[in-house]
Amino acid sequence: MIDNIDLTLVGWSRAQFALTAIYHWLFVPLTLGLSFILAIMETIYFRTGKEEWKMITRFWMTLFGINFAIGIATGIILEFEFGANWSNYSWFVGDIFGAPLAVEGILAFFLESTFVAVMFFGWNKVSRKFHLISTWLVAIGASLSALWILVANAWMQNPVGMAFNPETARNEMVSFWAVLFNQVAVDKFLHTISSGFLLASMFVLSISSWFLLKKREALLAKNSILVAGIFGLMSSLMVAYTGDQSARTVSRVQPVKFAAMEALFEGKSNAGLTAFGILKNSDKMIGEKNQKEFVVKIEIPGLLSVLTAGDRDAYVPGLVDHISGNAKIGIMSVQEKMQRGGVARNTLTDYLNAKKLNVTEQIENIKNVFISKDFQENYFKYFGYSSIKNPEEVIPSVPTSFYSFHLMVILGFLFIIIFVLAINQLFQGTIEKDRWFLWIAFLSLPLPILASELGWILTEVGRQPWIIQNLMPVSGGVSNISSGSVITTFILFAVLFTVLLISEISIMVKQIKTGPKH
Amino acid sequence: MISHLLLQQYWWIIVSLLASLLVFLMFVQGGQSLIFTLPQKEFQKTLIVNAMGRKWEFTFTTLVTFGGAFFASFPLFYSTSFGGAYWVWIAILFSFTIQAVAYEFRSKPGNIFGKKTFDIFLFLNGSLGPFLIGIAVATFFTGAMFSLNLQHQVKWATRWYGLEALFNIRNLALGFAVLFLARVNGLLYIINTIDDESLLTRSVKRLIINSVLFLVFFLFFVVTLLISKGFAADPLTGIVTTEQFKYLHNFLAMPIVSIMFLTGVLNVLFGIGVTIFKGSSRGIWFAGPGTILTVFTLFLIAGFNGTSFYPSLYDLQSSLTIINASSSLFTLKTMMYVSFILPIVIAYIWYAWRAINNTKITEEEMKSDGHKY
Ligand code: HDD
Ligand code: HEM
Ligand code: HEM
Repeated sequence: MIDNIDLTLVGWSRAQFALTAIYHWLFVPLTLGLSFILAIMETIYFRTGKEEWKMITRFWMTLFGINFAIGIATGIILEFEFGANWSNYSWFVGDIFGAPLAVEGILAFFLESTFVAVMFFGWNKVSRKFHLISTWLVAIGASLSALWILVANAWMQNPVGMAFNPETARNEMVSFWAVLFNQVAVDKFLHTISSGFLLASMFVLSISSWFLLKKREALLAKNSILVAGIFGLMSSLMVAYTGDQSARTVSRVQPVKFAAMEALFEGKSNAGLTAFGILKNSDKMIGEKNQKEFVVKIEIPGLLSVLTAGDRDAYVPGLVDHISGNAKIGIMSVQEKMQRGGVARNTLTDYLNAKKLNVTEQIENIKNVFISKDFQENYFKYFGYSSIKNPEEVIPSVPTSFYSFHLMVILGFLFIIIFVLAINQLFQGTIEKDRWFLWIAFLSLPLPILASELGWILTEVGRQPWIIQNLMPVSGGVSNISSGSVITTFILFAVLFTVLLISEISIMVKQIKTGPKH
Repeated sequence: MISHLLLQQYWWIIVSLLASLLVFLMFVQGGQSLIFTLPQKEFQKTLIVNAMGRKWEFTFTTLVTFGGAFFASFPLFYSTSFGGAYWVWIAILFSFTIQAVAYEFRSKPGNIFGKKTFDIFLFLNGSLGPFLIGIAVATFFTGAMFSLNLQHQVKWATRWYGLEALFNIRNLALGFAVLFLARVNGLLYIINTIDDESLLTRSVKRLIINSVLFLVFFLFFVVTLLISKGFAADPLTGIVTTEQFKYLHNFLAMPIVSIMFLTGVLNVLFGIGVTIFKGSSRGIWFAGPGTILTVFTLFLIAGFNGTSFYPSLYDLQSSLTIINASSSLFTLKTMMYVSFILPIVIAYIWYAWRAINNTKITEEEMKSDGHKY
């Protein structure tokens, strides 16, 4: 799209977006989950009237506040980065993509920030009931903000509900509901918020375990573990379920990503599900890329075929099928897609030229071509492929996709076990004595954060080279500014966010060590 | 049947409304810019920081929503301005990022960078934020250095990526006007919400200086605006031309807007006046709505009556208007339904605000065990 794409610019713009998103995501899931945990705790206080629950709620609320602030600080950068670093993308899809961002502000952020103020400052100013409602509204507001941004992200993975308008050279929305109820959006929302609930439950469980290890605040710790254990177990089951749903959807809408995350090069029937494995380069090539093979792997036979197609004998296509095409199961080769994308691109160029020269008849003709169903479904759908040079470019990094996916899943099952244990030890009444468990729970603190970041890395890296699946490659979306500017801002943000993170952690640790106010 | 043009105008009004609320809510920034000079004692600084700290998120969220609404309704502006005037926007964002953590972190134990660092953050955001936003908005009238290709992709014509706007006197005038207006509103807010005798006296003194400075810069901007050439877009062909006295013509062509503008300015002056001369503590009740009206009407002048709201000085025909920069009919309509929620949003904000502000902030309250900054 831009005449000469500056690869340094693309690289640094990606790095900057990844950096800021990864930082944002360090804090957001805790906000998502902890807000609900606070609401549950305060509800118990409201129902029982026991002062200890107020003390517990307020303790976690202080930690929530520290985290909330830095989540906001990192969020604003992201919102404007779409314009600043991805301006061509922002125009190409702004008609669709902007709407969820605006709705997010109007519907979610105001709700959150208004009632956060009541939650923090209202203890002695508003009625107990109004305060409780405010706390719930903060939690709902947080999840709503997740909803809208995820709708936007899901659209990039699976663009639906739009049509290309040659007049304005951009995609325009034709169905808001299609955008909102995109299968990817539904999966993503449920998986993401439940992973946030899980993460916050682990946070509460870990810190409470630390108190028990230190033989401090036993009342706070045990009550908190009760809430976190139950909420955490429910969430972790939901995470596993929604994760499985997500994987199924990926296998349909982003089959290349799916094959990459399974490291499946050659397609096969009766395909096994790899629980874990280690990859190395093999001698076989796809285009100029090396294929990978497993050095070791643990495999459950046949399960992948069953999971994706419900049948042991089903054929699961691999990367080779996706690149070279496989007529038997109806997969078009990338070469063919490149050609069709080229046709779409040329039609657009013809149109723009006709418009420039003002040839009315030709303008009309080409416009009719654009509107036709055949053109939209068989050519325009592959528009982005016109920028692909070699078919194997459409394969994302296989090791990154594979390892991030499998680590996330393994961790997911580990969390289920930890929450089951927590509830069990608590009800057995042995939790204070079982120091081995307390240590495990305490040391698990960073693991959900890791799992959660891995999830996004899978989602985003697995989507490469597309910024919008099949429609626009990342290099086509970038802003036309000097790479020097982006390098400078990258360094600025890296330093600033790191400084903020360090102070956040140190304040958090200090608050935890101080403990609740009695 | 609602026409595309009507929706474009509707959305320009919404965007203008958000912008005007934002400028009013920047009283928070104004207050922050005063924390090193206004208070004499540490506890007074605490009072100011807490008065502002209970409201900072409204300003912040309004900024975010303003950005989101602009993106959704006029995506071509969003992509052109952010992707081109990169450095101006990055500087604005940077100043808001450091603000967001400063309140929560400044006085917490374990804060390894010290209170001072975060107070400096507050000060930087307080001064740079309004100033730079003023500069960015001034380019709606004075123009920017960009061109768009056939596919609407922006190319910036200077290597300064927006910073060149700092070298234009009219932009600077609006930048300073917004800064001093934020300080005026900040002082009026302090006078209204904080119960502390000596802080009050000092605030009134500051108010005089800041009001004079505000007026100087603001009048300079308005006068040059009225006599300058503007950028007119033909409603039929979309061709952009420069027109002498364009903005004056806009005021004359839209008398209601002119009346609202004057009412706004007079309200600001009245709010300042009753505080200085009558010792009233309710000045913000006039200056606040006055600010909103003034900014709102300035935005209308920038976008309505066949005017380019983001003119290009480099390639006139690339200039943006509410017609050529907008989203599709469908999107604007969908967004219109969403915008119907705004009154509810404003209602609950109002309710919650009252619930928190029903008593003045005092030194005693700062000593209690509540959440404080
Ligand atoms: C609504 C859109 C959206 C959302 C919710 C996210 N991202 Fe993203 N991400 C993008 C939109 C995007 C993008 C603008 O589309 C990028 C920039 C270039 C690209 O290919 O995708 C991107 C790139 C990108 C990359 C670099 C991939 C690469 O270039 O190889 C990483 C690692 C992440 N993001 C991580 C995250 C994390 C941790 C998120 C959790 C908050 C996240 N993203 C949410
Ligand atoms: C690239 C995508 C994203 C953008 C542009 C973005 C933007 C923002 C902005 C501007 C804020 C501050 C809002 C305020 O003024 O209060 C924010 C905060 C928040 N965001 Fe994001 N965000 C992104 C990704 C996400 C994701 C993926 C989620 C959740 C699934 C999320 C959830 C939240 C939540 C819960 C907050 C509230 C405060 C906090 O972070 O602690 N965001 N985001
Ligand atoms: C238990 C088994 C799990 C499975 C089967 C699973 C599956 C998946 C899949 C397939 C995706 C990619 C979706 C896409 O590309 O659109 C994904 C993304 C993600 N996962 Fe998981 N996951 C699991 C556990 C977890 C855990 C434990 C966490 C964090 C605590 C987590 C957090 C995320 C996040 C934040 C994303 C990105 C958002 C999204 O695309 O939905 N997942 N997961």
